[in-house]
Amino acid sequence: MADLAVRVGSLAFRNPFLLASGVWGESGDSLVGAWAAGAGGVITKSIGSLPRAGYPNPTVEQYSTWGLLNAMGLPNPGIDEYPREIAAAREHGATVIGSVFAGDAEEFARLAHRIAETGVVAVELNLSCPHAEGYGTEVGSDPKDVEEIVRAVVQAVRVPVIAKVTPNTSDAAALAVAAENGGAAAVSAINTVRGLAIDTTLHRPVLAHGLGGLSGPAIKPVGLACVWQIYERVRIPVIGVGGISTAEDALEYLMAGARAVEVGTVVTTQGIGVFSRLVEGLNRRLDELGYASASAAVGVAHGAST
Amino acid sequence: MRATEGLYLAARRPAVRSIVAVTERVVETPSTVTLRFPFAGPAEPGQFVMVWFPGDDELPMSLSYTSGESKGVTIKAMGDTSRRVQSMAAGDRVGIRGPYGNRFDLAPHRILVVGGGSGSAVLAPAAEAAIGRGAEVTAALGATQARELLFRERFAGMGARVEVATDDGSDGTRGFVTTVAERLLATEPFDAVWTCGPEVMMRKVAVAAEPRHVPVYCSVERHMKCALGMCDACALGPYHVCVDGPVFPAERLLPLPEFSRSHRDPSGRRVPFGAR
Repeated sequence: MADLAVRVGSLAFRNPFLLASGVWGESGDSLVGAWAAGAGGVITKSIGSLPRAGYPNPTVEQYSTWGLLNAMGLPNPGIDEYPREIAAAREHGATVIGSVFAGDAEEFARLAHRIAETGVVAVELNLSCPHAEGYGTEVGSDPKDVEEIVRAVVQAVRVPVIAKVTPNTSDAAALAVAAENGGAAAVSAINTVRGLAIDTTLHRPVLAHGLGGLSGPAIKPVGLACVWQIYERVRIPVIGVGGISTAEDALEYLMAGARAVEVGTVVTTQGIGVFSRLVEGLNRRLDELGYASASAAVGVAHGAST
Repeated sequence: MRATEGLYLAARRPAVRSIVAVTERVVETPSTVTLRFPFAGPAEPGQFVMVWFPGDDELPMSLSYTSGESKGVTIKAMGDTSRRVQSMAAGDRVGIRGPYGNRFDLAPHRILVVGGGSGSAVLAPAAEAAIGRGAEVTAALGATQARELLFRERFAGMGARVEVATDDGSDGTRGFVTTVAERLLATEPFDAVWTCGPEVMMRKVAVAAEPRHVPVYCSVERHMKCALGMCDACALGPYHVCVDGPVFPAERLLPLPEFSRSHRDPSGRRVPFGAR
């Protein structure tokens, strides 16, 4: 039995599989459900300063089992309402990471401070939602902005700060470097890949918002490449995200340099039971390969790359 | 932990999305309209589809016609969107994805269906299917007034016994359909109760059936976005209505603090039923 417990800087998780932000994280009961299903930690929906309904439907386009395009539009109950949901999750012993989105460094710092007060173990900054005007990628594409935001948040909270960076840029690793310079404890990569679906019968985009973000198995190679490049340029730990649906996918991310991974879209095709299957599968695969722990596999592919 | 494992379909297989033209628009009552459309995929009574009205919205709707290649949804005028949707005409195009969610278990023999307002929309195809398998169905239907009783003739036509209640006494018992349901449950044996309507009504039905050990199945509604069990918009306690429901055994719903008391708005805020 390989040891699946992992550390991401000072953060400890019982296994490397974290519930990704945006999935199941709007209600406390759902966070509890993901934790009870075996997630190593759960990340909340990205929370903003005010309640936000998000975009009208259609908000998703499903491509068989290989991808999911969404433009939810950052719906969330707002920072005044949301702490009760986190409290419900913490009552059940869940390891909760609070995700926030904001329009500038000052708002990020204020929100991060508020969400940190709820007892979350870390704050993840959504610098990467690809489809929300004034938020996400729009404030997280320039390394200077990323560094400024992260620095402001780090000064405002005592818990570790995780910067979630976008792949929708020519150099995601530069964003990770900026986050490190700003004092981030870790960086997570990637968020969804900007995408579009058009209905040819109706001559119009499918999603009400038009542009969306692609997740699911199709983006795994994109995420792996980003993690690979980030791992080579920063010293802070990396959390891998993007298209993980099997233990083998997760192990690829570990070998590319991720210390933990986030899992999301696979819940639509496999249900929340996927967490226990991932844990089991990774255990088996690590045993087969002779790794005593998940951590032992982190970054091993780099040594063999040249 | 999951409420409905026994009724769970292969809902995780990606559903079909297609653009179809409305073939027929039927005014059922002054406030409800049925839209029929071709959709060849299989569907079970209790399941719902996401209906996209291009340029407007996409809404979850229980199928009111599930068999054959002509499916249908029956819409009550509630907000602006449903009013616009009701004005769709034959030939107008809509997007359909699904069907999603679980179904009513058609095995019970003596079935009481309790429909409040537009709740009959999902109960009618289930009753038809059950009668087709030899079940005996009693339908207790409630509405504000006689002309708002949805699918009264359809239930009678399929061979169900129909009992009605209206708020104004213009037909049947004056008052709530729960009164009718309580009387039937007290005087006749049933193997199952299926109910859909306001949650306060469904709670009353469930409470009335409890001492008689008749299992009650409720079709519930919540705001929905993805319908894929991901976005959490339709979270209800530990469940997601889109994949764990929409049909739940009442015993799973009754302990939930939210059931019949609050729902969540599109932002995820908890809103008491009846609040604006």
